[in-house]
Amino acid sequence: MLFKLSVSNIRRSLRDYAIYFFTLMIGVSVFYVFNAIGGQAAMMRINDSSYEVVDLLRTVLSGISVFVAGVLGLLIVYASRFLMKRRKREFALYMTLGMSKGSISRLLLIETVIIGLGSLAAGLLVGIGLSQLMSALVANLFEADMTAYKFNVSTEAIVKTILYFAVMYLVVMVFNSIVITKMKLIDLMQSGRRSEQIKLKKPIVCVLIFIAAVIALSIAYYNVTVGYNDLNEDKFIGSVITGIISTFFIFWSVSGMLLRTVMSVKGMYYRSLNSFTFRQISSKVNTMVMSMTVICLMLFVTICMLAAAFTIRNSMNSNIKELCPADFEARVFIYSDERADDLETMYKEAGEDITSDFSEYAHFYGYTDEGFTFERSLGDKAEEIKAQYPNMMFDSTEDLVKVSDYNALMRLYGREELELEDDSFIVLCNYGSAKAMRDTALEKGNEINVFGKTLRSQYSGCVDGFISLSSNKANFGIIIVPDDVVDESCVHNEYFIGNYLSEDKEAAEKTVNEKYDRITASTDTEGNYFVRDSKIAIKAASVGIGAIATFVGLYIGLVFLIASGAVLALKELSESVDSVGRYEMLRKIGADEKDLGKSLLRQTGIFFLIPLLLACLHSVFGMRFAARTLEVFGTENIGQSMTVTTLIILMIYGGYFLITFFSSKSIVKERR
Amino acid sequence: MEQLLKIENIEKYYGSKSSLTKAIDDISLGVSKGEFVAIMGASGSGKTTLLNCISTIDRVTAGHIYLENSDITEIKGKELNKFRREKLGFIFQDFNLLDTLTAYENIALALSIQKKPVKEIDEAVKTVAEQLGITEVLKKYPYQMSGGQKQRVASARAIVTSPKLVLADEPTGALDSKSAKMLLERFRYLNTECGTTIMMVTHDSFTASYASRVIFIKDGKIFNEISRGADTRRQFFDKIIDVVTLLGGDMSDAL
Repeated sequence: MLFKLSVSNIRRSLRDYAIYFFTLMIGVSVFYVFNAIGGQAAMMRINDSSYEVVDLLRTVLSGISVFVAGVLGLLIVYASRFLMKRRKREFALYMTLGMSKGSISRLLLIETVIIGLGSLAAGLLVGIGLSQLMSALVANLFEADMTAYKFNVSTEAIVKTILYFAVMYLVVMVFNSIVITKMKLIDLMQSGRRSEQIKLKKPIVCVLIFIAAVIALSIAYYNVTVGYNDLNEDKFIGSVITGIISTFFIFWSVSGMLLRTVMSVKGMYYRSLNSFTFRQISSKVNTMVMSMTVICLMLFVTICMLAAAFTIRNSMNSNIKELCPADFEARVFIYSDERADDLETMYKEAGEDITSDFSEYAHFYGYTDEGFTFERSLGDKAEEIKAQYPNMMFDSTEDLVKVSDYNALMRLYGREELELEDDSFIVLCNYGSAKAMRDTALEKGNEINVFGKTLRSQYSGCVDGFISLSSNKANFGIIIVPDDVVDESCVHNEYFIGNYLSEDKEAAEKTVNEKYDRITASTDTEGNYFVRDSKIAIKAASVGIGAIATFVGLYIGLVFLIASGAVLALKELSESVDSVGRYEMLRKIGADEKDLGKSLLRQTGIFFLIPLLLACLHSVFGMRFAARTLEVFGTENIGQSMTVTTLIILMIYGGYFLITFFSSKSIVKERR
Repeated sequence: MEQLLKIENIEKYYGSKSSLTKAIDDISLGVSKGEFVAIMGASGSGKTTLLNCISTIDRVTAGHIYLENSDITEIKGKELNKFRREKLGFIFQDFNLLDTLTAYENIALALSIQKKPVKEIDEAVKTVAEQLGITEVLKKYPYQMSGGQKQRVASARAIVTSPKLVLADEPTGALDSKSAKMLLERFRYLNTECGTTIMMVTHDSFTASYASRVIFIKDGKIFNEISRGADTRRQFFDKIIDVVTLLGGDMSDAL
């Protein structure tokens, strides 16, 4: 009996349930798709170093899944609470007919189970389909071979999805039962009566709060962009909190001012259905200040995450070609006083020859002059620059490299050599903010004093260059000096950079790494520190960083988009159901169908646009901040990333907008 | 007097062939310009259906309705809305005011959907508010007003567009007797002083007694028709009661 009633309830309120069902379904499918990625990547032919990244990716995504489950859980509770509210009259009827609260609870339970199972099944199906598309992206990111790929269903991901959603539905059920036990018949019966008071906020208060919020927001914006260099953790968190609070108050005050402003333009307000349209919008925004704030912030996070993720991914791929011009690099940081760690000697003692595996190589040293720090290298400008960048470390010792060594390396790299004049130096640097600082110092051609000799700057700026292989522009600064300047006893770094002899780079890498690790492990020099890096490893790692960034960005971005879209859609649709009578009345007094449609489009459009607009404004500044934080990755591709981000947002948020508009239209359509 | 509304042999059926309900069974009548006509009948007699057919909210099954010699049963789609907003004014039992708008805005809406210029709207709203005695409540929202005030606002909205015909469906149905009397006084004022043609559906004899002519409907047919002529309202009321009594038990609630 209860079951029959549940089924017919769902069928009857299909329209209310449709958006709920749709949201659950997308939630389930997104959840499945991202949890299935690990298994899919494992199926493709990718190299060993990428395999570790896949493992890391899997861990990261499952960690985020917990967070995502939390967001989706909140969304489901919100949506079900919404549906419950809409059904108060119905519950009242059941109770007056003598149905117990327990029975109503069970009725809802059955409904939740039906919807839950349905959405789970549909969501998994969609998810399995989508994940095949996703695998193309996975293959593209890991540069894997897709030929071996077969249609793939991840049982593990399915089980996980079912488990997580079962818990979420359980929470919803408990929540619903609690709400029902708390219901009073008299409140339920009166809930249909609309006695909603339209409170117009005092315009003066609104304007004052609006101005205050705008000022606070501007300060926060200023702090994270123009004042970026003075930014410490406390200040950053302060700016974020200021941003959140001002967002809330901007919505609060705008909801009060919007109507007033429109009303004051009488020619517009009393044209066609405008008065009706704006009253509708303002009452919606008025009751939704909190939700609007959350939606706006979620959209903001989405925009920034997606854009940042794509930027990282794009620059990761383009950087490697330029920044990894050799196959292998070994580096020894020498802290021990005795210089026992000549790599060639070490290899010889172990009965090996380090050069034998390489077709060409460069072997040289880097030097430091005790006391010659970054601060000293900035010369007269040091104080000025220190004031500008208070969070920078200024007491690190500068690395010095002989110009002949550097030029030998450049021949290996196939890059331009330097011609250093006598008694001069050149600064090599490609990391944005460090470059800016050094350029300030070099502008006027400053002098430095190393190993008791005074050198003058050859150029009035840094030369864009590097020594170590890297996935990104992270050379903080190396000073190229004439060969005769350095004191050979002040060696601090040993470099061995070369290209493999063998054509089979992966096999060569294995041999070289194995030898290096064995020999360096056996050394007894205390305090020295051995590292190695290679083009293949850097590539795998950076692909990994790119892939993780992309997936994390997409995952959280998609879920946030769905959540924002769903909350707005639910509110708008229920509002439309409540307004059916109003549209009916407008029709009776002769409003044109076309005008009614236009009014509905405006209502839905403005409703969806308000949080998006503020989110976009936030993002303009947020992205500036992100661009500076991410500058190590290179941000040349930010335009392209913004395009992709915009497309994704248009698709999902726009999709929700269209669904909402057309369903609203059918809800308020004339019934004959 | 000039004929404004002419109804010719209209019929309205509901349901399927197997269970046919004749809500209107061959009704013909005419309304002249400046008349105040009441249509009386018990619940289910077909009076509201008749009103809905005249207002083009519902369609007749057969027959024709002419307003100023144009056949409104032939109007379709967009023209229907245009016809409604330009030729008719509506007053409903449950007021049907937009709860989100103030009284002023509710009244103005009828003009603004006709795309009238703002200045004209403002003047018209103020004039009509004065005629109906609601100038003080113009800034209030429906939930801040009494039933009588709401109905007068609704009436103001109906007549602000200077319609050819005002249709009122049980306008006093949700009002207490004092408010009802006040509203009806206003109707009579509009009718006699402003020349508004009003057609009102009611089952209340007191309400009907304010009209200049009462048409009685029973089971979808015209049962009787009486004109007030030179009678006082009180005398006319007694006459109506007589007919109601004649109509029998069904109409006893009309007393």
